[in-house]
Amino acid sequence: MTTPPILSVSNLTTSFRVEGLWKPVVRNVSFDIAPKETLAVVGESGSGKSVTALSIMRLTPSGNSRIEGSIKLSGQELLTLPDADMRKIRGNDIAMIFQEPMTSLNPVLTIGFQIAEALILHRNLSRSAAEAETIRLLEKVRIPAAKSRFHEYPHRFSGGMRQRVMIAMALACKPKLLIADEPTTALDVTIQAQILELIKLLQEEEGMSVLFITHDMGVVAEIADRTVVMYNGEAVETGATEDIFARAHHPYTRSLLSAVPKLGSMTGRRRPMRFPVVDRLTGESDVPTETPDTVEASERPVIEVSNLTTRFEIRSGLLGKVQGRVHAVENVSFSVQAGETLALVGESGCGKSTTGRSVMRLIEPLAGSVLLDGVDVLKLNQHDLREQRKRMQMIFQDPFASLNPRMNVGAAIAEPLLINKLATRSEARDKVAELLRRVGLQPDMASRFPHEFSGGQRQRICIARALAVEPRLIVADESVSALDVSVKAQVINLMLELQARMKLAYLFISHDMAVVERVSHRVAVMYLGEIVEIGPREAIFGNPQHPYTKRLLAAVPIADPTRRHEKNPVSNDEIKSPVRAADYIPPIRQYREVSPGHAVMIWGEEWEKPAVQGIAA
Amino acid sequence: MAGSTLASPSAEPVVVAAKTSAAVSPGRETWRRFRRHRLAMASSVVLALLVLGVVIGPWLWPIAINEIDFSAQLQTPSWAHPFGTDDLGQDILARMIYGGRISLAVGLAAMVVATFVGVVVGAVAGMSRRYADSFLMWVTDLFLSLPQLPLLLLVIYLFREQLKAAFGVEGGVFVLIVIVIGGLRWMPVARLVRAQFMSLREKEFVEAARAQGATRFRQMVHHILPNALGPVIVAATIEVSSAIIAESTLSFLGLGFPPDIPTWGRLLFDAKDHLDSAPHWALFPGAAIFLTVLSINFIGDGLRDALDPRRVI
Repeated sequence: MTTPPILSVSNLTTSFRVEGLWKPVVRNVSFDIAPKETLAVVGESGSGKSVTALSIMRLTPSGNSRIEGSIKLSGQELLTLPDADMRKIRGNDIAMIFQEPMTSLNPVLTIGFQIAEALILHRNLSRSAAEAETIRLLEKVRIPAAKSRFHEYPHRFSGGMRQRVMIAMALACKPKLLIADEPTTALDVTIQAQILELIKLLQEEEGMSVLFITHDMGVVAEIADRTVVMYNGEAVETGATEDIFARAHHPYTRSLLSAVPKLGSMTGRRRPMRFPVVDRLTGESDVPTETPDTVEASERPVIEVSNLTTRFEIRSGLLGKVQGRVHAVENVSFSVQAGETLALVGESGCGKSTTGRSVMRLIEPLAGSVLLDGVDVLKLNQHDLREQRKRMQMIFQDPFASLNPRMNVGAAIAEPLLINKLATRSEARDKVAELLRRVGLQPDMASRFPHEFSGGQRQRICIARALAVEPRLIVADESVSALDVSVKAQVINLMLELQARMKLAYLFISHDMAVVERVSHRVAVMYLGEIVEIGPREAIFGNPQHPYTKRLLAAVPIADPTRRHEKNPVSNDEIKSPVRAADYIPPIRQYREVSPGHAVMIWGEEWEKPAVQGIAA
Repeated sequence: MAGSTLASPSAEPVVVAAKTSAAVSPGRETWRRFRRHRLAMASSVVLALLVLGVVIGPWLWPIAINEIDFSAQLQTPSWAHPFGTDDLGQDILARMIYGGRISLAVGLAAMVVATFVGVVVGAVAGMSRRYADSFLMWVTDLFLSLPQLPLLLLVIYLFREQLKAAFGVEGGVFVLIVIVIGGLRWMPVARLVRAQFMSLREKEFVEAARAQGATRFRQMVHHILPNALGPVIVAATIEVSSAIIAESTLSFLGLGFPPDIPTWGRLLFDAKDHLDSAPHWALFPGAAIFLTVLSINFIGDGLRDALDPRRVI
C-alpha cells in the first residue's frame, strides 16, 4: 500500500473482567483501512467483531474492560488519548451506525431536530445554518421530500428510512471513517439492498473509509474490498474479498463459506440438498447429495388450505369503532404433500407468519378452510382442536423465547406427550431420551435448563419437542433465521434428515431466499397478504413471473464477489402496508398458469410503472 | 419411532459445563440453590427462632401477661424483666411472647389471603381478552378508591358479633381482621399479576404450549404463573409488614383485638406516650416487627432467586 492507512489497528487485545479475572474477548487483531476502502469484519456471534468496533471507538465499559495494542487514526494513537480528546474524535472523525434503527432515534424529538443538534454541537453552526445543512444531508441519503419530513417524528419513518436518518446523522461531521455495526441485519432484503447501495454511493461521494461489521457473507461479497474473518476473538484470515471467497486458507473460513447458502447454487436440481459439512480443524468437506425423493405425490395432501383469510380490526375511539383493518392474509390457498416442503417467502408484514399461525389456529382466521388429513381444523371445537394439534406442530423463530425458562429441557419435551396423554411419566422419560438422541443431543441433557444451551442446541430441543407427538405437518416459522450460518446449516441438515425419515410435511416460513432455495420443493411468494406466485422451486427461481418475485430475487445479496457487477439495480420503493380502510373490499384476483403447478397472480397497473428506478433518481 | 439412527450430532459445545450432578429433582435443586443464598438462610433461622419463641415462650418465661406490679413501673431492662416493664409494671417480654403469636399469625395469614385473592383476580384478568379483564380491573380500581376506614368500621360493626359467636372472642376477631386486611390489600398484587400475565401470555413459549394442545388452565399454571412469581413474592413479603402495622392501627381504634391483648402493634401504640421516659417499651416490639419483616423480605428474595433457574447461584 502506498498511501498511509486511515486506520491502523495492530495487536488489539480487548479483555473484560469476569468475576475478577481478565478474559480476553479479542486477541491480537491487526488490520489497516486505506482511504476510501471498505473493510468487512465478518464472524459469527461471539467472535468478537462488535467488541473490535467498540474498542476502536473506546466505547467499552471503563473499569471492566482493558484495551491493549495500538489503534492509530491517520497516524494518531487513540488508546493513549485523554477522554476529552477522544470525545472529539467520536462523531467528528469516526462515526458509527448501529443495528437497530428503531431504538437509536429518540422517539419524542423530530428527526430534523436530532440531526441539527449534532451539527450545532460538533460544527458550531447556527440554528438556521444547521437546519439547511440537515435538509442537505437528508437529501444526500435519498429521503424523498426531505424538506417536508424535517419536522416529522421517528415513528412516521419505516425501518429503512430510519437507518437512512442514522446514516445522515453519522455523515453530519464528514467523518473519515464510518463504522457500520450490522446496519442491515434488522432490515428486509429489498431494504437491505437499498441501504448497501446507499453506503457504497456515499462512500464514493464523501471519500470516507468504511469498517463494515456483519455476519452475512452475502453482504460481505456485495460491499467489501477487503475482509477480516474473525473466529473466537482472533482474526483467522485477512485478505482481499475475492481472494477469501476463491481461495480461503483457514479451515474455519472454508467451513463458514460452505455453510453460506448461495442463491442460484441449486439450478438444475429438483430436490432439496443438504449443506456440506466441513471439519473446522482440517477444513475438509463432504459432498452432499440430493435428498431422496420424499414427496408422496399420489396420496391426498397432508394439508389443504383454501381461501384462508385473516384480518385484524383496528379499533379506536370511545366506543371502539372499527377504523380500519389489517388484511394480514387474504384468500390464500395451497396444499402440502407428505414429505414435501412448501416455503412461504416474503418480507416483513406480508402475512407469512400470520398464515402459519392461522393454519395452526393459533390465530382465529376470518374465513376459509384448513383440511388436515381431511378434517377441517377451523370448524373444530376447542376440545377436538387440542386433539388435532397432535398432528401439526410448530417451530418458532427464537428458540430461547419459545422454551419456558423455568422448565428443564426434559420436561419441555415431555410436555406434549403428557398433555395429549400419549405416555405415562416413565414412558415419557424414555421417549425424551430417544428424541434428544434423534436431534443430535445427549439424553443426559434432559435435566438442564434452556439457558444452559447454545442457540443451535435450543432449536434442536424445539425440534425434539415438536417431534414428540409424531406430527404429520411442521410449521417452521423463520426457524433458522436467528441462528449463525454454520449452526443454520446444521439445523437445516437435521430437518432434511428428519423429513426423509419421518415423511414430515414442512410449511417453511422464511424471508431468506437462499435458504428457501436449498430446502424447499415448492415455493409460494407472499405480498401484502396474498400469494402472488406459487410453484415448484425450480420454476420460481429459474423463471420468476411476477414483478415482486423478480424484485425479491434481485435484492438477495449474492455470496460471490466476482458477480457483484451483474446485479440488477434495486428499486427505491418502500414496503407497503396491509392496513386498509374499514370499507375496503379486496379485489378478486385471477391466476395464470405458467407451467404445470406454477401459477402467478395477474397483476394490475400498480406494477406496470417502471418498477426499477435507479437509486440516484 | 424405534430403531431410528442418530442424527448428525450437534457440533457445538455445551455452554455451561459446571453442572455437577445431572439427575436431581427440581425440588431438591431449588432447595440447594436456596441454601446458597446466605441472607435468606440467615433470615430463615431468625424467623424460625421468632416463631419458636412465641410458640414455646410461655413455658420458658412463665410470667403472666396481666400481672400488674405498681412497684415496678416503667423499669428498664433487668434480669427480672429482660425487656423492662410498662406503666402498669407488666413484663414486656411476656407480653411480647403472647402478642407475637397473634401478630405473626395475622401478618402471615393476611399475606396469604391478599396474595391469593390478588393472584386469582390478576390471573383471570390477565388471561381474559374480553370483558372479565375490564370488569375485574374496574372492581380493583373501585377497591383502591374506597375510603378504607369507614368501610372497616362498617364491616366490623356488621359482622363482629356473628364471628364472635362462631369462633369465640379471639378467633372471631382474628378471622375478621385477616379477612378485612387481606380483603383490602390484594389490589396491588392483582395489578402486578395482571401486568405480568399480559406480557407473558404473548411470549412464544406460551404459544408453543398452545400449539401442543395445552388447555388454558395448563398454560396459566405451568407456563405463565411460575414466570410471573418473582415480583409477586416480593410484593407478598411487603404485605406481611403492612398487615402487622394495619392490625395495630385497628387495635388502636378499638376495632381489632380487645385492648388487653398485647399484640406487637398494640404495644407500640401503648408505648408512644412514654417514649421519652421508657424508650425500651417501644424499642423491643419495634425491633421484633422490623426483624420479622426484614427476614421475610430476604426469604422472599432467596425464594425468587432459587426458583429462577436462569440466575446463577
